Amino acid sequence: MSEKATRAAYGDALVELGGINDKVVVLDADLSHATMTCGFAKAYPSRFFNAGIAEANMVNMAAGMSTMGLIPFCSTFAIFGAGRAYEQVRNSVAYPKFNVKLCVTHAGVSVGEDGGSHQAIEDLALMRAIPGMTVVVPADANEARKAVLAAADFEGPMYLRFARLASPVFEEDYPFTIGKANVMREGTDAVVFACGMMVSAAMDAAAELAAEGKSVAVVNVHTIKPIDAPCVLEWAEKCGNVITAEEHSVIGGLGDAVADVLMGRVCCKFKKVGVQDRFGQSGKAKEVLKEYGLTAPQLAQAIRETF
Amino acid sequence: MQTAELKEICKAVRRDIINMTANAGSGHPGGSLSAVELMVSIFFNHMRVDPKNPRDPDRDRFVLSKGHAAPCYYGVLAELGFIDREEFKNFRQLHSILQGHPDAKKVPGIDASTGSLGQGLSIAVGMALGAKTQGKDINVFAIVGDGECQEGQIWEASMAAAHYKLDNLTVVFDNNGLQIDGSNNEVMSLGDFAGKLRAFGYEVIELPDGHDLDAIEAALSRKVEGKPKAILAHTVKGKGVSFMENQVGWHGKAPNEEQRAQALKELEG
Repeated sequence: MSEKATRAAYGDALVELGGINDKVVVLDADLSHATMTCGFAKAYPSRFFNAGIAEANMVNMAAGMSTMGLIPFCSTFAIFGAGRAYEQVRNSVAYPKFNVKLCVTHAGVSVGEDGGSHQAIEDLALMRAIPGMTVVVPADANEARKAVLAAADFEGPMYLRFARLASPVFEEDYPFTIGKANVMREGTDAVVFACGMMVSAAMDAAAELAAEGKSVAVVNVHTIKPIDAPCVLEWAEKCGNVITAEEHSVIGGLGDAVADVLMGRVCCKFKKVGVQDRFGQSGKAKEVLKEYGLTAPQLAQAIRETF
Repeated sequence: MQTAELKEICKAVRRDIINMTANAGSGHPGGSLSAVELMVSIFFNHMRVDPKNPRDPDRDRFVLSKGHAAPCYYGVLAELGFIDREEFKNFRQLHSILQGHPDAKKVPGIDASTGSLGQGLSIAVGMALGAKTQGKDINVFAIVGDGECQEGQIWEASMAAAHYKLDNLTVVFDNNGLQIDGSNNEVMSLGDFAGKLRAFGYEVIELPDGHDLDAIEAALSRKVEGKPKAILAHTVKGKGVSFMENQVGWHGKAPNEEQRAQALKELEG
């Protein structure tokens, strides 16, 4: 299985999009070689705007540009886009329903060496709480590309979350529709609802458990909001044991979004796998993921514990 | 439009501000009254907008960065025909289009939702940049409060306006010298305000009297190339109502019935 970071796919998709849609503009805050918007900057220099290290201003410039008929893709690290500029996103983008795509990279603890200050683990919680915000976390590079293309055709504010670390790319092609979860693997004993690179970890965990005679379903919930409630209900009812997996705090992210759907409606065992209310830290990305219990074998163990 | 006509419009807008805030029992009369001549001049003599086609993509744009001056904005929009004065009675009431701070989703003629200080100027910068990027001849105007300039984002936006040489952007600073907790100087001094604006790359025009319609007209008409224009207007908070003028307490307080009557009487005089 080949590997590619979703941020790299984002950068490539922007270049592709630039050739299709001349209304697309890209803003960055001095991180274009990390967010990978540098490819677009090179291909379409007149439609690329560096805001400098000033994320609040960047988000509001994007808001203003969106009112001029442009489709701004606004990029920085997740910690700055959702964190530093939170209130700008809330009041100047989401409140007036402006057509801005906030595309953040370096989300989660897989940032690695830069450490806890740069590892956003609460961005999904922040963005999900904003009325009318669409929140998407692509599972792999292919899905990242499709999500970027779909975002350009979608009218309204959207948050797209990409990772720094290269992660497996699924060989099988599958459709991407905003708000429609993808069932990656069917099963009967447990279901894992996952997003981002945890989808791939869930697939590996399901394979490991299959060897033990357990049938585990994996649902790729790439759209955290609006969540695909019918799909979540269907698979929770079918499997009985529910596990959520995300590279994010267990507070306010995918796990809570799934719990909100199930609470009071389905009787099931429920377990949230994610960052357990602590900050991230420096280390090699894969070591950090292991420290926080986000590897496939650790996820398999978490699933096992629900049987 | 001639000065005499503008004066009459200013009078009407001042009455609107008093009535709106008095009816609602809340709102911001002080900073609304200080911005009247500035906003009226911008809209009546410089903005290319059409109330019959409020979403015309090629219209000029306006951002009230000091969004709490919404009553002044609503008065101007009513005078232009974007909204009906009938709606004023619903200002700050449940389900009204006239929110406490401007809401672009609800009100025709409003281009940006503002009120969270420091953010509006950046939106205006984005609009001006968006117009230039598309080769459109669109002018963008913003009114920014002085207390608001304590927000760092105003200076981020100013840096960007100069960096991108936005000569289609005019930023009017309503320098009434007061904010909620006291004078600017007591709360957080702005220091050499004009000097700061110049240092950030604006062509600065200083107006000793920000209520002098002829001076405002001259400043708005001046052509500037290759850089954004800043008009630093020294104004009087609560202008036109004797007991509100230069009084910090009238930043965010509505007049009672007696005060309304007195204010309206003074505005007639």
